[in-house]
Amino acid sequence: MAEREHRTVFVTVGTTCFDALVMAVDSPEVKKALLQKGYSNLLIQMGRGTYVPSKVSGDATLQVDHFTFSPSIADNMRTASLVISHAGSGSIFETLRLGKPLIVVVNEDLMDNHQSELAEELAERKHLFCARPQTLGETIRAMDLETLVPYEPGDAKPVVALINRFLGFPVA
Amino acid sequence: MGLNAVVAACYVFPVLVSVLAVRFFYVLWHSGQPESRLCATRLRCLIVLGSGGHTAEMMNIVTTLQKDRFTPRYYVAALTDNMSLQKAQVYEQSLIQSNGTKAGESAHFMQIYRSREVGQSYVTSIATTLLATLHAMWLVIRIRPQVIFCNGPGTCFPLCISAFVLKVLGLGWSSIFYIESIARVKKLSLSGLLLYKLRIADQFFVQWPQLQHEIRWQSMHTLTNASYLRELAMSAS
Repeated sequence: MAEREHRTVFVTVGTTCFDALVMAVDSPEVKKALLQKGYSNLLIQMGRGTYVPSKVSGDATLQVDHFTFSPSIADNMRTASLVISHAGSGSIFETLRLGKPLIVVVNEDLMDNHQSELAEELAERKHLFCARPQTLGETIRAMDLETLVPYEPGDAKPVVALINRFLGFPVA
Repeated sequence: MGLNAVVAACYVFPVLVSVLAVRFFYVLWHSGQPESRLCATRLRCLIVLGSGGHTAEMMNIVTTLQKDRFTPRYYVAALTDNMSLQKAQVYEQSLIQSNGTKAGESAHFMQIYRSREVGQSYVTSIATTLLATLHAMWLVIRIRPQVIFCNGPGTCFPLCISAFVLKVLGLGWSSIFYIESIARVKKLSLSGLLLYKLRIADQFFVQWPQLQHEIRWQSMHTLTNASYLRELAMSAS
């Protein structure tokens, strides 16, 4: 039982309003899928959303807790075993840099939805799983964390070298 | 006397327009040319920040820059965006602590009116865009940057346009570096597209091969400006 305590799923919507995701993770289908995968806790950062998931405590089932904003989201990510995030590039790369398994859920209600491009491209490169609110349960059931490829963060040095060369600075 | 003034204006005006036109095309041509020799050892930098991952990406580049060359640094963010300048301030503060340089000497922080808030109506956004452009012009005249770094927030377009106008008028020269956000995989952002199409950016970087192909396809002759740097750098600290 002690090991189960540490298997936390952290859900984050950043500063956005993404009720469809909060509703999806609060659905019996997704909770059941998470339990089956061996997760014990569900912590939801719900941002500006208005849908409030029900808190559940007790050892028998998946424990659910939620909050709106926190300055220590990085800590929540660090202690999580799985992160489910909105498609913002900040959240995506923060999670990948921590080396946490990640499911990105694309918000289909956004007008200019270039965000899905990034999530889909990174999913194609097997750095994360990409889902929609309605396919989240399916994605969790089908996911195999062994197939994920660790993300190597890029390096700004080549760009800065090109900028220096353009400006006439000596490039070491 | 009045007639003479009109006649004089008739002569002067076309000459002025021609000079400006020649200067305009000269600036366009010269913008993409690398400096053959170094004109200054220290360059005033304008660094445009913005929410939605832009600031994190930009700070990643700023941390890699040689601080002794790229100084002083003027950070600009939208008036409604408090987080971005705060991040830059934290970073500059950490530099001061490690180097012992005086505060307020090399880093400056400024805010700019936004052309359009999310969800703002079309009619009012004409007025606010005008206001934002005038404000951008004022900031660029005050800062007179020699180097501009931007990566796509809406505020970078009026700033770059203003810098370009100053170049045409001969009031200052700046090299504009545009590094498209890593979040843009298949399509350029609106700011990126405009700065690229109008040839305002001196150097244009994209981070995904799909975009490099798009740029190559759109206009062959600016390929040298579009350097492909996939997965360049990204952190959300």
